[in-house]
Amino acid sequence: MQLIPCPWCGPREEAEFHYGGQAHVAYPGDPSALTDEEWARYVFFRENPSGPFAERWSHNAGCRRWFNAVRDTRTHDLLAVYRVGEPMPEVTA
Amino acid sequence: MTSSAQPPGAHLPEHPDFLWDDPEPKSSYDVVVVGGGGHGLATAYYLAKVHDITNVAVLEKGWLAGGNMARNTTIIRSNYLWDESSGIYEHSLKLWEGLEEDLGYPILFDQRGVLNLAHSLQDVRDSVRRVNANRLNGIDAEWVDPDGVKEICPIVNTSPDVRYPVLGATYQPRAGIAKHDYVAWGYARAAHAMGVDLIQSCEVTGLETSQGRITAVETSRGRIAAGKVALCAAGHSSVLAKMVGLSLPLASHPLQALVSELLEPVHPTVVMSNAVHVYVSQAHKGELVMGAGIDSYNGYGQRGSFHIIEQQMSAALELFPVFARAHLLRTWAGIVDVSPDASPIVGLTPVGGLYLNCGWGTGGFKATPGVGDCFAHTIAHDKPHPFNEPFTLERFTTGALVDEHGAAAVAH
Amino acid sequence: MTLRTPTGGSIDRNTLLHFTFNGRPYTGHPGDTLASALLAHGVHEIGSSVKLGRPRGIVAAGSEDPTSLVQVEAPFSEPMLPATTVELYDGLVARGLAGQGRLSAEPDPARYDAKHEHCDVLVVGAGPAGLMAALTAARSGARVVLVDEQNQAGGALLGVDEYLDDRPSAEWVADVVAELRSTPGVLVLERTTAFGMYQDGFVLALQKRTDHLGFAAPASVARQRVWRIRTKQTVLATGAHERPVAFTDNDRPGIMLASSARTFLHRYGVLPGSRAVVFTTNDSAYCAAIDLAESGVDIALIADARPETPARLATECAARGIEVRAGHVVVGTQGDGRVSGVRIAPLAGTSPDVTVACDTVLVSGGWNPVVSLFSQARGKLRYDAELGAFVPGEELPTVRVAGSATGELDLGACARQGRDAGAQAAAAAGFTPGGQVPLPVSDSRCTARSGLVLWRVPGDDDASFVDLQRDSTVADVLRATGAGLRSLEHVKRYTTIGTAHDQGKTSGMIAAGIVAEELGVELAEQRPTTFRPPFTSVSFAALAGRDRGELHDPVRVTSIHPWHVAHGALFEDVGQWKRPWYYPQEGEDLHTAVLRECKATRESVGMMDGSTLGKIDVQGRDAGKFLDMLYTNMMGTLKVGRIRYGVMCGVDGMVIDDGTVIRIGEERYLVTTTTGNAAKILDWMEEWLQTEWPHLDVHCTSVTEHWATIPLVGPRSRDVLAAVAPSLDVSNEAFEFMTWRDTEVAGVPARVCRISFSGELAYEINVTAWHGIAVWEALMAAGEQYGITPYGTETMHVLRAEKGYPIIGQETDATVTPQDLGMSWAVSKKKPDFIGKRSFARAENNRSDRKQLVGLLPVDPAVLLPEGSQIVETDRLPEPPVRMLGHVTSSYPSAALGRTFALALLRSGHERIGETLYVPVEDSLVPVTVTESVLYDKEGARRDG
Repeated sequence: MQLIPCPWCGPREEAEFHYGGQAHVAYPGDPSALTDEEWARYVFFRENPSGPFAERWSHNAGCRRWFNAVRDTRTHDLLAVYRVGEPMPEVTA
Repeated sequence: MTSSAQPPGAHLPEHPDFLWDDPEPKSSYDVVVVGGGGHGLATAYYLAKVHDITNVAVLEKGWLAGGNMARNTTIIRSNYLWDESSGIYEHSLKLWEGLEEDLGYPILFDQRGVLNLAHSLQDVRDSVRRVNANRLNGIDAEWVDPDGVKEICPIVNTSPDVRYPVLGATYQPRAGIAKHDYVAWGYARAAHAMGVDLIQSCEVTGLETSQGRITAVETSRGRIAAGKVALCAAGHSSVLAKMVGLSLPLASHPLQALVSELLEPVHPTVVMSNAVHVYVSQAHKGELVMGAGIDSYNGYGQRGSFHIIEQQMSAALELFPVFARAHLLRTWAGIVDVSPDASPIVGLTPVGGLYLNCGWGTGGFKATPGVGDCFAHTIAHDKPHPFNEPFTLERFTTGALVDEHGAAAVAH
Repeated sequence: MTLRTPTGGSIDRNTLLHFTFNGRPYTGHPGDTLASALLAHGVHEIGSSVKLGRPRGIVAAGSEDPTSLVQVEAPFSEPMLPATTVELYDGLVARGLAGQGRLSAEPDPARYDAKHEHCDVLVVGAGPAGLMAALTAARSGARVVLVDEQNQAGGALLGVDEYLDDRPSAEWVADVVAELRSTPGVLVLERTTAFGMYQDGFVLALQKRTDHLGFAAPASVARQRVWRIRTKQTVLATGAHERPVAFTDNDRPGIMLASSARTFLHRYGVLPGSRAVVFTTNDSAYCAAIDLAESGVDIALIADARPETPARLATECAARGIEVRAGHVVVGTQGDGRVSGVRIAPLAGTSPDVTVACDTVLVSGGWNPVVSLFSQARGKLRYDAELGAFVPGEELPTVRVAGSATGELDLGACARQGRDAGAQAAAAAGFTPGGQVPLPVSDSRCTARSGLVLWRVPGDDDASFVDLQRDSTVADVLRATGAGLRSLEHVKRYTTIGTAHDQGKTSGMIAAGIVAEELGVELAEQRPTTFRPPFTSVSFAALAGRDRGELHDPVRVTSIHPWHVAHGALFEDVGQWKRPWYYPQEGEDLHTAVLRECKATRESVGMMDGSTLGKIDVQGRDAGKFLDMLYTNMMGTLKVGRIRYGVMCGVDGMVIDDGTVIRIGEERYLVTTTTGNAAKILDWMEEWLQTEWPHLDVHCTSVTEHWATIPLVGPRSRDVLAAVAPSLDVSNEAFEFMTWRDTEVAGVPARVCRISFSGELAYEINVTAWHGIAVWEALMAAGEQYGITPYGTETMHVLRAEKGYPIIGQETDATVTPQDLGMSWAVSKKKPDFIGKRSFARAENNRSDRKQLVGLLPVDPAVLLPEGSQIVETDRLPEPPVRMLGHVTSSYPSAALGRTFALALLRSGHERIGETLYVPVEDSLVPVTVTESVLYDKEGARRDG
């Protein structure tokens, strides 16, 4: 079980968190203007890289806040965590 | 030497004296299959056997069948809810039934039946719905009440006094298990015997296209020209597809499983429970083989978190109190590629000559012969086989999903 | 015959323990293992092998033993424990196994638990390196946890008779442990095996707390405990396992590892036999030979595979009359069961072999550092050609390795490594070194050095065992490589080597060596097979811990629950909740009880406990705007004091939940969700708020548990409510449908909502949970004159189904849209966007043959369709696959309709109203008429009473 450094609470056990998939996928400004393909891309398609991945977590059993993290999906090591609204930090994997 | 009675089934049939050799890759093949797991090997086998396409290479970055094929819990069944799913899985099950003879390899396919337990009134409704759909699709399926469960598998705790009592189960008698290595090696040996090159330690690093058509694969062992390229890379599908700019609606997750020591026969069938997240069978040598739900996060690390195993044990002991003093011997994880509707993606791609077989999530093992056959057909004819026609990439745009979540929340 | 030495060993010779093995009575002493006690009686034969049925003995003295598997039968049956790990207790009953263990059919009476521990430095292994590491770290002030799998500290020192600092090593060990135990913040755990190493310093260890007490184990103490240790730094001082050599017939009982024989002697005062042949490739076995000789064992011969013998040790042997033959190996053994002799021959050349009689063969093929945890920590391994083993090949930031786990075999050097690692680990965790711990000075006469790397002796490959537990031989390995296999993983799978109980602790390296030899590759180029957790086996029950039975998953009950229990309700599991399902009276089954409950409610008054409905308080300036995005219909326009039903979809446009929304104030709403989805919907709201629309001023909080909610339903509900809420004007004019009032009910503050899930006049009474039961009872009393009837979820389902109201999860399955449910009226045409809206425009959503919610009336009004039945078009079934048009989602006998009815999702359902279709039920096809989904009171006349 990993320790996940919640940017609000500090490091806590993974079991306290809820995973939210890829970060920085904004809800489209005007969904009605999108083609079916573009809409499908928003609804179903997410990046799935082997390597650093910007993703969302929620400290569900703690402060209940969502935050973003960059995690290396090969090692599962967390490279950075940052609050919603903050830019994704530079990381070296 | 004194000799005492051997435990029944405590050892497995011997593998043959020759399996395959280890060729250097040729500069060009008619078809290059990327991924030497069960699906890749089966695809190559059916390409050669059914379509007479033998100038084929299977490229494997590690050792043959060392990915999910080596890590799964080998449950085989076809009792899926939707017509599309039951079509391809039942096709697969029928092939399983003749596979040992077909491959000339002891695959230990054992139709000991699968029980899918229901623990809530809604579970019961969903289960009965699936049983009825299965029957009308020509798939053997029964609804059994708790006493029936007890009869089929006496060690299941059917007492009403447990946290989530067993209210009944669906039962597919023709379902069962097989021995994964034997299956993969059976396919590999037979494919090799028909002229397919099995190339190990050969990682694909790039896909080369020209004018919208695939032309070659770049590998850690050099460039290999290819008339057609078929991706069978399970958890790594997204990474490969990305090489031609193709995005897939997949998330790769760790999926853990575990095994106990060898035990005298105690568990005669396969039991799965979505509600308490556990599935278990007793393999041929006597070990209990168990799996659980996937780890929540994307991961290519082939390891999961131990609290998932602990939760699984808690669930397992609820259902099977007799397992209390069995011992965990080994845990491991595979990488499963999960699609949004828990159904696979099998078919053509926007790139000519590039074919996709992925998104099987946790259910790929049972589909091995079926998808191998259908995917080979798709490759040979450049057109989907009717059984994989519903499983296009386009369905995510049109909305024509094949949503098996309800029928198989733990989709095995 | 006793093979117990007159003195020595850490056993209590004054106490006799009685035990039974394979049906025969034996005795032993406290401090013995089952293995040592049996050896003391000359019993080497433990069980038989899984495949060939050959007898199996005791190969090693510790947990790495591949063969001495027993089934403990008393006090409680437990399968497959190495006899070398079973501490002896009075009354132990065990039997040897033939490859498979047996699970007891009796429920395990023991308790198990888990404990979390946080520390600065975790030291795994309490041998000389581990003790030095722990002591050094402890003196720096770090919080230290020291775990060791044995019942006492000492590690390899337990198996030797060496002196440290001019006194028995046990005294040195005792002093170190005493200091550790007396240091605040230090935890020493014996009988505790670190079995898994995960990320971020997470180490799992299993402590066997009462197993050694046998029948005397107190029932109140957890038998085993999983320690979940979170450490900043780890020192792995896990030692090394001696490895054997594969030779012809090397599997007979009586053939054991040399160091293990030495351990049996020094730790347990047990001799392995009376006449031994030693076969070694290195120095360490000489020590065993000399020690055993001094204890009275006749050492017939030392066959040293090396061309030259170590001079000093050879001299010592000569002084004791022990013959040493350089360049010689054991080429075969004989015996009926236990070994009775060996054949010795030169390793090189063709000289004929000679037979030497013996009852024991002591083997040493060198040492394998125990690198399992290091490897689990993702440390890279390196092949050490001199040692013939994989050793830690890199430094990790938080994991250090010390002692023989690094491949270092000299005791002094191991201690130094331990001290250094302890100091470094403490420093890395932020502690400055305390007092320098002096290194112990050893009197050891035999420094173990690496010797000749020898995997196998040429001979009968079919009888040269690599994995004694799996009956896998050298021939099997050769067949695997001959079959074309190149990867160790493939060979492992072909031969099953390393997959048994011991996970290849003694066999894995030999197999790797033979494969490399056969393939002509360097072992350094081979990737070793992966070390997977657990290091040693762990019982399922220990891992489940306390999460059994009721604690498997929390049970949630409402504040009114005790009343339901007292009144004989049967319960339905809905998520974690226990909800009253129905309240059977004497002689009633489900259907008769539900018909009675329905009838009473529709004709007079009924009530149910609706407290489990999810309730979310949504507040803030933008609350209306936010809810407008979440619900398909408009919520922002809802007036304060009013209530609206709403549907929520996922982004894919499929219904995920429904419920009522009541507007409490300009900036405050109370949202209700289905019972099972309450937590999910709160998560859903927070996700959108925090990740997409953080600019919205909205706050959500769950208030599910705060309220007791009682729907009071039926034409007489108004009278009942009026009786308990005197200050409330309950008239239809003053208190309209879909409005709410704050008032007092039964003397306590209450919020009453005029909503109905049954079509009847109904009120939903909400009071704080504290008052739930009192208000419930007051309503029961007030309703008595009307025959007020408590009802459960089943009746609730029937009443709503008669009105065509869907239940989320029953009428929906993540493939159903609001339009499919006939709820286009709840989908706003005005709102520019809401979650799911865009998906409604996809091709698939606009097919005319979508499945839609309809009613079904069996042509025979007495026939009840089973829920989950499929629907077909024709009155005869064609051959499969049969085209299915949909399925029955709900089906009930109805008191109000005087017949059965069902709801169904039906392809082109809305167009099929009036058609006759067929439902296969067992072997018949039941004709049904398709109707609208609303079957009762279509005009809504009953709503206002």
